[in-house]
Amino acid sequence: MNALISNLDSVLASFWATIRLTVVSAIFALILGTILATMRVAPTPVFRLAGTVYVNTLRNTPLTLVLLFCSLGISNVLKLNFSDDPSVNGYWFAVLGLSAYTSAFVCESLRAGIGTVSLGQAEAARAIGLTFVQSLRLIILPQAFRSVIGPLGSVLIALTKNTTVVIVAGYAEAAYLMSEMIYEGSGTVPIFLGFALGFIVLTLPTGFFFSWLSKRMAVVR
Amino acid sequence: MSTSILYDIPGPRTRLRNNVYALLGAIGLIVIAYFVYSKFDQAGQWSAKLWTPFIDPQVWTGQILPGLAGTLSAALVAAILSLLFGVVFGLGRLSEHRWLRLPSATIVEFFRSIPVLMMIFFAQAGAFDLFGYTMSAFTAVVIGLTLYNGSVLAEVFRAGITSIPRGQAEAAYAIGLRKSGVIRLILLPQAVTAMMPAIVSQMVVVLKDTALGYIIAYEELLNTGFRQLPATFANIVPAAIVIAAIYILINLGLGQVAHWLERRSRRSRLKAPRTSTRSTIPQGTVT
Repeated sequence: MNALISNLDSVLASFWATIRLTVVSAIFALILGTILATMRVAPTPVFRLAGTVYVNTLRNTPLTLVLLFCSLGISNVLKLNFSDDPSVNGYWFAVLGLSAYTSAFVCESLRAGIGTVSLGQAEAARAIGLTFVQSLRLIILPQAFRSVIGPLGSVLIALTKNTTVVIVAGYAEAAYLMSEMIYEGSGTVPIFLGFALGFIVLTLPTGFFFSWLSKRMAVVR
Repeated sequence: MSTSILYDIPGPRTRLRNNVYALLGAIGLIVIAYFVYSKFDQAGQWSAKLWTPFIDPQVWTGQILPGLAGTLSAALVAAILSLLFGVVFGLGRLSEHRWLRLPSATIVEFFRSIPVLMMIFFAQAGAFDLFGYTMSAFTAVVIGLTLYNGSVLAEVFRAGITSIPRGQAEAAYAIGLRKSGVIRLILLPQAVTAMMPAIVSQMVVVLKDTALGYIIAYEELLNTGFRQLPATFANIVPAAIVIAAIYILINLGLGQVAHWLERRSRRSRLKAPRTSTRSTIPQGTVT
């Protein structure tokens, strides 16, 4: 317990790193996931194929491997880097790996949401002469998003917990600090419970908020 | 061409336009592929000596297959234990006794909201700290995976049992079954059948998460294929591609099983009267 209190500053800083990583990755994953979902329902087979290959690849690869490939493969071997500052570079590779991985799940949720939009809506959109992109942007996606708020919330919670895996990409966040503090040997159980509480504080309200939001925003049919 | 609700069967002009888009898209993909190719080329990643280890049988028997065995054994043990955990705590949450319901709910919610990696760290460090027991990496991985996936499966089982019409349980009580019989003979079999696709997709999560064992040096596929193998041959990028392909093939296979089970259960459900016509969104399994 004492270790947690005396290191409160660094504990809070590590959770701030977790939050930053989660929010930034979530934004990129949402954008990329929406583009992927559009590709997977597009009339052009090339885009559908590319979207399917991307989603199946990223969804079935362990996140540990994705993040390791980012840091060891892309950064060390292929020499593609975001910045010369190692900590900034590590941060953006963590964001890259997390958002590339999460976008596959966002895409799949969104595709399920597109499936729930009633046929008449799409037909009406076509009847008034909207093009594919217009009908998707104005009619289909707004309703699809509203019906998948719950599943997207679960994706966000999973992303929050998945940020712990960036330990392999060399970026320090909550799980890294926890393993360091345990290693220093200042009471395993209180440290674990303290960090667990931190994650519960992050994930439980997110879950409640998204289930409230999904009820409030549900499309009345 | 598959028909979609989002667009009509294209006429001549739309077909032309679609072909132009397809061409542009293909060019874009080729540009990306060329960029990747040239970056690989600059880093010398196409050199034969980096790829030939993967056609050497000794590399497979010595490193990749033992690693795969480590991954599969951890996944199998964790899968069985998390099914047990899920049944026990899923039923616990549905119990009529508050002293059973509340602890079950607390445990399930607790382990669902903290990261698996932290549980793996804690299992290993805690066992040593509290009991002076040096826990093997295998056990730590299995414990972490069981606690998390067991909690997720508990929710799956609970959802499965609550989705069964109440008449089933009432009929079972009416023919004189006890509570244990009602659950064991009537409710659980139906819940498991209905939730089979979700259960199998959770197995994909278990299998993928065994890769977390890499972090605590458990000898699984990622460790042998991505740490030990490149240490000898300095071929980290080719190794990543081959290892990822193995994971993807296994998981796609499991995904196909889930898909097949889903189609099967939907077919049998069509015969029964439908309670709801609204299409539901699967919650999806994410790690």
